[in-house]
Amino acid sequence: MPKLLPLLEHVVKKPIWDCRMCGQCVLHSTGMTCPMTCPKTLRNGPCGGVRPDGNCEVVPEMPCVWVKAHDRSQHMPLIPKKWRDEFNHLRPPVNNALQGESSWINLINGKDQQTPAGWVPGEERHEH
Amino acid sequence: MSTEPSNNDSHSINVFEELCLSRARPVMTAELRSFDGENLAVVEKELTELTPYIDGINITDNPAAHAHASNTAMAIAVKTLGGNPIMQIVCRDKNRLAIQADLVGAGMFGVENFCALTGDDVTAGDEKEARRVFDLDGPQLVSVMTGISQGSYLSGRKLKSEPHMFIGAVENPTAPPLDYRVDRALKKVDAGAKFIQLQICYQPEKLEHFIRGCVLNGVAERAALLPTVVFTKSARPLGFMDTSVPGISVPKAVIDRVANSEDQAEESYQLVKEQVIYALGLPGVAGIHFSDFRHDGSLQRMLQELGLGPKGHDRQPKEDKNAYSH
Ligand code: SF4
Repeated sequence: MPKLLPLLEHVVKKPIWDCRMCGQCVLHSTGMTCPMTCPKTLRNGPCGGVRPDGNCEVVPEMPCVWVKAHDRSQHMPLIPKKWRDEFNHLRPPVNNALQGESSWINLINGKDQQTPAGWVPGEERHEH
Repeated sequence: MSTEPSNNDSHSINVFEELCLSRARPVMTAELRSFDGENLAVVEKELTELTPYIDGINITDNPAAHAHASNTAMAIAVKTLGGNPIMQIVCRDKNRLAIQADLVGAGMFGVENFCALTGDDVTAGDEKEARRVFDLDGPQLVSVMTGISQGSYLSGRKLKSEPHMFIGAVENPTAPPLDYRVDRALKKVDAGAKFIQLQICYQPEKLEHFIRGCVLNGVAERAALLPTVVFTKSARPLGFMDTSVPGISVPKAVIDRVANSEDQAEESYQLVKEQVIYALGLPGVAGIHFSDFRHDGSLQRMLQELGLGPKGHDRQPKEDKNAYSH
């Protein structure tokens, strides 16, 4: 099972979202746009290099992943309000140890939610 | 959290921090040019010309993805030579281990101001084959900096002291999605940014839109917003920035204005002066960040003309300078 699930997840998510199997899926909070397809693999919104036409600094012929994510997260129908709000949350650094694992399994066992002990979510910092 | 006090004995007043917090007068920062192996006496000379006029000096980190003398080395040098460095850190070149090591190391030399940037992509530079890192992104880096200032590495391991740090970031008011840029600034402020240096903006309406958004969402109050202006000698660098620098667009009318003038150097100077006056007039702007491609005293001339310098506040300690002399 643990071997089959990553494969199954990849088969499902690769064609639709160009899934990179980071093992800690955040698609729901990014307008169902995979941030790992951003050439800089940013997790917290678009870099300052987005071109005036909304295309990517690195790949000029590609729309910026984050511009797309922002647009979809705010305007796509059927996205719950909670997910829309989550777009602005500070997402933690990628856990590179989870690369290639199934985010479905990691969701169930909570591994995708574990952050380094010194990581403080932005909201909590604010109250500091 | 931690037991020992920070290295307060060597702690002098950080004018940049003080002004960003008090807003007693406009904050002025400038960028130190990058170095490629020159003598530190040259650094000292350029620093001495700037320090009476500015409150902090940005030390770049491989700008435009070109390798130069490192941000950490130059920040320490500037600190030791009596300047007040604002050490920029980009996410492109180093992973979280290396970045934290630089932060803590620079802090031990008294470097206090740190500015987090995502960084231009490697494809903007002259080593396009390089591996891009981006192990952290800009907002995450701000958060990691805040953690270190509170005495803890990202792993949770404790430092031996809580270094005194003044943390900031950058934002680009002109890059799409425009309405989202203020949210992104807020994300960085929530993570601990107390100043935000803004990408050069040749479209005043976009700058104003961004600043207004930051006043509304509280960013302008919680962080000192510093729009950037750039000194150029002619229209050519303006055209270059428009076509070749990621995230900057210069309207044709602006380029033409300088290109068609009789004295391009003077016209581009006047353009910058108008930008400075305009930006300082926007409620929510705390000061200006200068980038200088001219190096002909324009910055000094402008601050004098605007009644903003020199300040004579060169209060940084100078004793250790022999450690770096030739
Ligand atoms: S422009 Fe967008 S997709 Fe391209 S590197 Fe920046 S954030 Fe990523």
